[in-house]
Amino acid sequence: MIDFHLNSRSGVAPYLQLIRQVRQALQLGLLREGDQLPTVKDVAGSLAINPNTVLKAYRSLEYEGLAAAKPGVGTFVTKTVSDQSVVAHQRLSMELSAWIGRAQQAGLDFEDMEALFQRAARAAAQEEAV
Amino acid sequence: MSSTTAAIEAHGLGKRYGHRWALADCTLTIPAGHVAGLVGPNGAGKTTLISLATGMLAPTTGTIEVLGGLPASGPGQLARVGYVAQDTPTYAGLSVADHLRLGAHLNPRWDAGLARRRIEQLSLDPKQKAGRLSGGQRAQLALTLALAKRPELLILDEPIASLDPVARREFLQVLMHVTAEQELSVVMSSHLVADLERVADYLVVLVASRVRIDGEVDDLLATHHLLTGPRRAAATLPASQQVITDSHAGRQSTFLVRSSEPIIDPAWTAEEVSLEDLVLAYMGPSSGSPQEQRLEVHQ
Repeated sequence: MIDFHLNSRSGVAPYLQLIRQVRQALQLGLLREGDQLPTVKDVAGSLAINPNTVLKAYRSLEYEGLAAAKPGVGTFVTKTVSDQSVVAHQRLSMELSAWIGRAQQAGLDFEDMEALFQRAARAAAQEEAV
Repeated sequence: MSSTTAAIEAHGLGKRYGHRWALADCTLTIPAGHVAGLVGPNGAGKTTLISLATGMLAPTTGTIEVLGGLPASGPGQLARVGYVAQDTPTYAGLSVADHLRLGAHLNPRWDAGLARRRIEQLSLDPKQKAGRLSGGQRAQLALTLALAKRPELLILDEPIASLDPVARREFLQVLMHVTAEQELSVVMSSHLVADLERVADYLVVLVASRVRIDGEVDDLLATHHLLTGPRRAAATLPASQQVITDSHAGRQSTFLVRSSEPIIDPAWTAEEVSLEDLVLAYMGPSSGSPQEQRLEVHQ
C-alpha cells in the first residue's frame, strides 16, 4: 500500500501526479504484483480531492496494464516492474547526482536547476508530440 | 453517479429586486454525479442561484428544476436535497445532541447511525452547546446534519469561506470522502477558485448576474490556451479561436483563447492554463468576446 501526496504548486494535474506516484513506487519496488492501491474513497478523503480524479488515474493505470479493478474490492497492481529498470534507474540516478554537483559548481541553486530541468522536459515533450 | 437527470437545470432563469437583476438569463445544466463549483466575485448572483435551487426564492423569469423536480415542491423533493446555508448556521443555544434530535424529527430519511458516527469521528461532545463550538466544528456539525438526511444532492453556499486553512481542509476531506462513499452530487459556491480547484469537476462562473462560462473542468482546461507571440490585433486571430483576454507589451502579444481545435500556428507559444487563471480571465474585463458584446447590446 502506498500513501499519495499532492504538490499543488507543481502545475501537474492531480490525476497525473497520482499516476506518476504509482509508476515511481513500481520502479522503486515499493509496489508489487497483487498489492492493493488505496481505495478511491480513502484517497479522495485524505487528499480532499474529487473522487472522479482518483477514478481517472486508476482507469489510466488499468489501460496501461499496470493495475486492475476487482469490483467491490478495490484496485490491484498487476505487474511487477523488472529489476533491470531499477538497475537502469540507479545509473540514471548516479548520473543525475553528478550533474547536480556540476550545476552547483557552476553557481546554480536548486531553483535554477528545476527551471533547466522543466525547460528540457517541455522541449522533449514537444518533440514527442510533433 | 448512475442518475441521468440533471442535478440542476435552468432555462432563462432570472431574479429581479426592484430594478436590479440579481440573476439574469441563466440557462445551464449541471449534470448529476459531479462536484460542481459555483464561482464568482461577491454579489455575482451565486447565493441567488442557490436560493432559487433550494426553493427559498421564486424566479422572476424562466424555470429551474432540481433532480428533475420543482425546488421545494413537497416533502419528497425536500428530502432529496441537502442544503448548508452561508456561514454554516446552527442554533447557538442548542447542544450538538439537540441538533441531531431536531434532524431526526424533521427528516423522513434521517440516518441516525451516520450522524452519531460522524459526531464521534469529529470528537464533538454531544452535550456541548453549538454556540461554544469553533467555526470549523460548527461547519462540520452543519455538514453532518445535511448528510444524515441522506440527500441525493448537497448544496453548499460558501461553506468554507470563514474557516481557517486547517478547518477548510478537514471540511473538504469529509465532503470528498462522503461524495465517494454515497455517490452524492454536490453543488458548492465559493468566491475563491483555489478552494474548488481540487474538488470540483464541473464549474460554473458567474459574473455580474450572468453565467460567463460553464462546463466540465477537464473540457475547460483542454480547450483554453495561453498564446504568446509577435504583436498582432485580436481581430486577426482565426474565427475558431475565441479571444477571452488579450494584452500587448512592446512587440509581444498574449492571448487567452478558447478553441476546440489544436493551435498549429508556429508563431505562437501555446501553454496550458491553470483553472485559477482561466476563471480570473472570465471574471476580468474582457475584450470583444461575443458574450461581452451581447451584454453591451442589452444595456
